[in-house]
Amino acid sequence: MADFFNIIFSVDFGYAVLRVTTPILFAAMGALISDKAGVINIALEGMMLISALTGVIMSALSHSAGLGLLGAVIVGALVGMVLAYFALNLKTDVILAAIAINLIAMGGTVFVLFMVGGDKGISSSLASKVLPRIDIPLIRSIPVLGPILSGHNILTYLAFLSVWVMYIFIYRTPLGLRIRAVGENADAADSVGISVRKIQYTALILSGALAGFGGAYMSMGYVSWFSKNMTAGRGFIALAAEAMGGATPHGAMFTSLLFGMFDALSNSLQTLRVPAEFIQMIPYLATVIGLVIYAANKTEQIKRIQAHQNREARKGAQEVKLL
Amino acid sequence: MFKQKRLFELVRTVLAVLIALIVALVTILFASDEPGRALSLFLFGPLDSLRHFGNVLEMMIPLLFTGLAVSIMFSAAQFNLGAEGAFFLGGITATSVAINQSLLPVVHPVLSILAGGLTGALFCGIPALLKVKWNASELVSSLMFNYVALFLGLYLINYYMRDVDAGAMVSFKLADTSKLIRIIPKTRVHFGLILAALTVVAGYYFMYRTRWGYRIRLTGLNSSFARYSGIQTASVIILSQVLGGFIAGSGGAIEILGMYRRFSWQSLPGYGWDGIIVAILARNNPALIPVGAFFLAYLRIGADLMARSSDVQSEVVYIIQGVMIVLIAAESFLAHYRHKLVYREARKTAASGK
Repeated sequence: MADFFNIIFSVDFGYAVLRVTTPILFAAMGALISDKAGVINIALEGMMLISALTGVIMSALSHSAGLGLLGAVIVGALVGMVLAYFALNLKTDVILAAIAINLIAMGGTVFVLFMVGGDKGISSSLASKVLPRIDIPLIRSIPVLGPILSGHNILTYLAFLSVWVMYIFIYRTPLGLRIRAVGENADAADSVGISVRKIQYTALILSGALAGFGGAYMSMGYVSWFSKNMTAGRGFIALAAEAMGGATPHGAMFTSLLFGMFDALSNSLQTLRVPAEFIQMIPYLATVIGLVIYAANKTEQIKRIQAHQNREARKGAQEVKLL
Repeated sequence: MFKQKRLFELVRTVLAVLIALIVALVTILFASDEPGRALSLFLFGPLDSLRHFGNVLEMMIPLLFTGLAVSIMFSAAQFNLGAEGAFFLGGITATSVAINQSLLPVVHPVLSILAGGLTGALFCGIPALLKVKWNASELVSSLMFNYVALFLGLYLINYYMRDVDAGAMVSFKLADTSKLIRIIPKTRVHFGLILAALTVVAGYYFMYRTRWGYRIRLTGLNSSFARYSGIQTASVIILSQVLGGFIAGSGGAIEILGMYRRFSWQSLPGYGWDGIIVAILARNNPALIPVGAFFLAYLRIGADLMARSSDVQSEVVYIIQGVMIVLIAAESFLAHYRHKLVYREARKTAASGK
């Protein structure tokens, strides 16, 4: 048990939490923006995978990590556009279309990797680049907090920055207002002249681009290669994090950090004498528990509001009778 | 009218499949240095010998089970993706019964399959229960539970059933009494094919000829309507998911008993996802599951044969699958022609009415 606490309260653990939260956070922001526009995007998993591979290939071809990132983000956005085309133009059930994208991503990335580098499952023959780490001058020298907060990959900082940007975007810009309007009530939004399709297209493209950042981080920051199915359910975990965070940027950030903590825990507990399989299970079980608690709370809330409304209505009816 | 609608759906599906195949063929043309050879292996390889055709039938067996399982679960409009985990855990529990060396021949496989089925039922029932009780998304929770199933299964194999002398991480040998017999000589096609066929027939009968099947379909089509007409939608949802889980779990058990000497999966085998593809191809209709399963198995074996003796990777199949799913699920794909069809039909009826 002492070992356990030594691990939890170490600086390395704090650093690891931020490191593993990054991809989940990007994907959670992607889930948020599409959810706000009223479309569930379960293709985040596949989008991240495709972007992770694009990042590796682009950076290897161009010898530039920046161009790799750019490619990953653009391809992520394109996949978002494809999903939007099928869901909105061809009226495919958005969940089935997303499952299709995930399937294509699973096999397609292996296929393309083999065609480009001749590798099976892992990009060992591609000399891909890694995005730089950043030491923050003043913060670096603060004891305890310094080593936790400083020296991360640039995308880790960008991920946390994106939470703030997302907040401003959704709640403080005209486009954000339109996105929320479409998500709240598409017919009402349509009636005041907002093009629902255009807004949902925008949201899915942005969602794809955010997943693209997450994917790029996986293969050009978290590790320095692409491997088959390397996202390992992070896109799905992000969906749960977004739902549990009450569909707000900050809520989603805290739940992402929570899942990141469990993920980091599963990495660092591997040194303890607990069966590895149980430890690997932790993030997924934690996600289910979190999801249930959130959903149960929400159902309870709705019930309470309904009960309140009923009471008000009854009171109103009585008052009318009295009159 | 209904007949024509069905014909239209058939044409649409065939066209979607054709487009997907063309996409694949073009991909192969670009990917291969000898595309002609790769193509002929891909398209006709499964037919060139009894053994290869046997491979197709072998692969059909798990697809029939998971396809049926998913179609029943989806019929209730529940996006429960737990068939994958149920299949895997079904295989694990079946193994735990099958490595027992002291059971009677016929009883042994029956017990193993039942154990697998019950595990699957329990496994797919949990997301349904969470949905009904707390409104937690069955989609996300079943996805998470699949990972839990994987690690739980690996733990059970590693700590309780592992044969240390075998070298790799595999279970003890399955007892001979537990194995399913081979039914076609010179292939590995086993008794599971007959079991699968019976299950599909039973599934069709259940979904289209019994009250409970009707309730499941009605709940899936319009759950508010079903509720207002007095159907307990909560129990219908749970029943459909438990049933689907049972079928997927017994499918996993049958796959292990029919095809393996020891349990040796190190990751989720993917048949649950394939079941989704089969269910979509079959429009959730159990009667069409065999067609979908055969088609997918044929594609897979064709791609495998191609990958083995040409320079194209078998993953090209995933591209076909994806394109097929989106086109078949796309309501507006060819909708123009359906409108025309309906219009013409309506005019004809109007004219004859005069």
